[in-house]
Amino acid sequence: MVEAAKITDLTHDAPFESQYEEIDELLSKKQFYKEGFITNTNVETFAKGINEDVVRAISEKKNEPQWMLDFRLKALKVWQSMEEPHWAKAEYEPLDYQDYSYYSAPECGSCAGECNTDEAGEPEIDPEVAKAFAELGVPIEGNSEVAVDAIFDSISVSTTKREELAKLGIIFCSFSEAVQDYPDLVQKYIATVVPVGDNYFAALNSAVASDGTFVYVPEGVHCPIELSTYFRINEAKTGQFERTILIAEKGSYVSYLEGCSAPVRDTYQLHAAVVEVIVHEDAEVKYSTVQNWYPGDEDCHGGILNFVTKRGICEGDNSKLSWTQAETGSAITWKYPSCILKGDNSIGEFYSVALTNRHQQADTGTKMIHIGKNTKSTIISKGLSAGFSDNTYRGLVKILPSAEGARNFTQCDSMLIGDKCGAHTFPYIEVGNSSAQMEHEATTSRIGEDQLFYCQQRGISEQDAISMIVNGFCKDVFSELPLEFAQEAEELLAISLEGSVG
Amino acid sequence: MLLKVENLHAEIDDKEIIKGLNLEIKPGEIHAIMGPNGAGKSTLANVLVGRDEYEVTDGSIEFDGEDLDELDPEERAHKGMFLAFQYPVEIPGVSNKFFMQTAVNAVRNERGQPELDMFEFDEFAKEKIELLDMRSDLLDRSVNVGFSGGEKKRNDIFQMALLEPKLCIMDETDSGLDIDALKLVANGVNSLRSPDRSFIVVTHYQRLLDYIKPDYVHVLYDGKIVKSGGFELGQQLEEQGYDEIIRHYHNG
Ligand SMILES: Nc1ncnc2c1ncn2[C@@H]1O[C@H](COP(=O)(O)OP(=O)(O)O)[C@@H](O)[C@H]1O
Ligand SMILES: [Mg+2]
Repeated sequence: MVEAAKITDLTHDAPFESQYEEIDELLSKKQFYKEGFITNTNVETFAKGINEDVVRAISEKKNEPQWMLDFRLKALKVWQSMEEPHWAKAEYEPLDYQDYSYYSAPECGSCAGECNTDEAGEPEIDPEVAKAFAELGVPIEGNSEVAVDAIFDSISVSTTKREELAKLGIIFCSFSEAVQDYPDLVQKYIATVVPVGDNYFAALNSAVASDGTFVYVPEGVHCPIELSTYFRINEAKTGQFERTILIAEKGSYVSYLEGCSAPVRDTYQLHAAVVEVIVHEDAEVKYSTVQNWYPGDEDCHGGILNFVTKRGICEGDNSKLSWTQAETGSAITWKYPSCILKGDNSIGEFYSVALTNRHQQADTGTKMIHIGKNTKSTIISKGLSAGFSDNTYRGLVKILPSAEGARNFTQCDSMLIGDKCGAHTFPYIEVGNSSAQMEHEATTSRIGEDQLFYCQQRGISEQDAISMIVNGFCKDVFSELPLEFAQEAEELLAISLEGSVG
Repeated sequence: MLLKVENLHAEIDDKEIIKGLNLEIKPGEIHAIMGPNGAGKSTLANVLVGRDEYEVTDGSIEFDGEDLDELDPEERAHKGMFLAFQYPVEIPGVSNKFFMQTAVNAVRNERGQPELDMFEFDEFAKEKIELLDMRSDLLDRSVNVGFSGGEKKRNDIFQMALLEPKLCIMDETDSGLDIDALKLVANGVNSLRSPDRSFIVVTHYQRLLDYIKPDYVHVLYDGKIVKSGGFELGQQLEEQGYDEIIRHYHNG
């Protein structure tokens, strides 16, 4: 039984034209994207194009073992046999994949790019790159409560707190290092949650995977600090193909965060990531994302194309996986963090705020696949559209016949700011077991002129009023983010909505 | 003079609603404005506080010696104008307390006073709640969401108390209130009365005026003030209605 619970499609035909002129004007002021600076440093960038030689060269650059090269080559073949998907509610011209570079990395001054990890410890970080991360507020010196893996274009440049974590048996390193140092673990888990041929972008990622983070939390260990990765795309016309694997062994706990940004460029940059999360019995993983990729300018030039496959499996009984995301950037977002609830009593959660402004297009949501008995999932999605943007929630809740006593609660709220944007909701439900309990709530609202006037009459400026109302709307999701990230997300929203700040 | 409205003409959607209105209010005075439905009372209130959709086509509004023509609604609020709405607006997800702390600090900023932090605001709010005899749990709920009609009106009065305006405009704050709620609102107003705070009380009913005792009563009809008098004019209207005055206006 396939059924779309309630499809709402609220588009550009809003009846109140004049009322929103002012708001539109306010929102169309040039957005202030403070992460938009460019780092100039010596980089090694492959010539544009993708083919077997490029894939071999990437693998060689990273000094990879044969099995990893074989994995890539197989994926390339799969990718070449597939077609670019265009079913999402985001419109984009077919991309010319030969017009992107698939590897770019800063050369580190001392050893001209030849340095692999060695016993002497971390290689020197390119000072320009270090400066860029400092400016972004990413603590790559290890002087923070949070452990950080900092990724610049195709490579990881620094991973902090690893010794501290190693004492607990926690592995926290870049994906490339894991391939070298923990080949058994990587081989055991890679492509088990997201198979190579899962979708077009997953296949592409598998072929040209650049860097990402590898996390392994051993049995019974409660990771005492937040682990995080910061992704920075710097070079023009390059792709970043993050590959992240996170494994939580029996009874363990970890909270992982990722942040991202890119300079202001007038051409598209491509980000096609694959994230796989494996949660064993009684373990819990919290995975939070604050996504602030460059959204492109007023006239739809540039921005990040963000095609992401994030999926986790609650493998063991009583395991739990939560995805929380605040998506404010990217020209196009195509992303559905999902949970496969295989273990009995396992729990999947998805909390999302997606904001689109100007000409951004976001098609995001989640899939909750219930396999085990008494599995529970919660979906709370808050979509905010402003400017000329389109914001789509697309979700699937699938209850397999084996999932006796499964429960889902879905709440999808959309808020429109102005009258030239669109909000769309496509919640699909497939129920294969009659004992399932499903609850679905959805609302669509518009920031009303009357609300703004009420605030203004009390002395609050229109901009402050908008961000106050918007933050109120997003509260249920922000409360799921770790504290400092919640604040960052609130600020991001405010900046994304306001014209310029300060 | 706190407020001086001269020959005011204002329209909405190209329809003229206020058609040459004059009104003068001194500090500390209470003026009641009465009149039949559709006379333009809410329009006048909105025009005074600068709502965008309303366009002033002629005449002037002077507040505290300054022409308001170019000022945005929030600037007028900072100068001390307050409107208690005929229909207070709901803002889901935003707590009443956070909303009012933001508002109070915006106004204090403008007046060159230091902002109140959470603790200072709590203290300040507590005083006002006691003054108005309000339930303090309203502070923790979203602005006006799930409030009863009476609670919404009382919340507006509470906001008025917090913002300490010079001119309070109350648009039918008494409509839809039972007698107890009405008394609470009236007590609120009376306790906020001061020699340098003036009120414009828009109402249909004498009963609010019985509690508040305005200095002047005006009848608004067809976008103009067609009759003015003292407290006793309200009583007369209660007994005779507007017919006599309207007939007189059309014949005169
Ligand atoms: N948006 C609008 N467009 C056109 N006419 C309006 C609009 N809003 C109010 N009016 C008209 O203005 C007149 C005065 O309305 P209002 O000020 O609300 O009266 P009152 O508060 O005295 O009952 C009414 O005739 C009403 O129909
Ligand atoms: Mg009215």
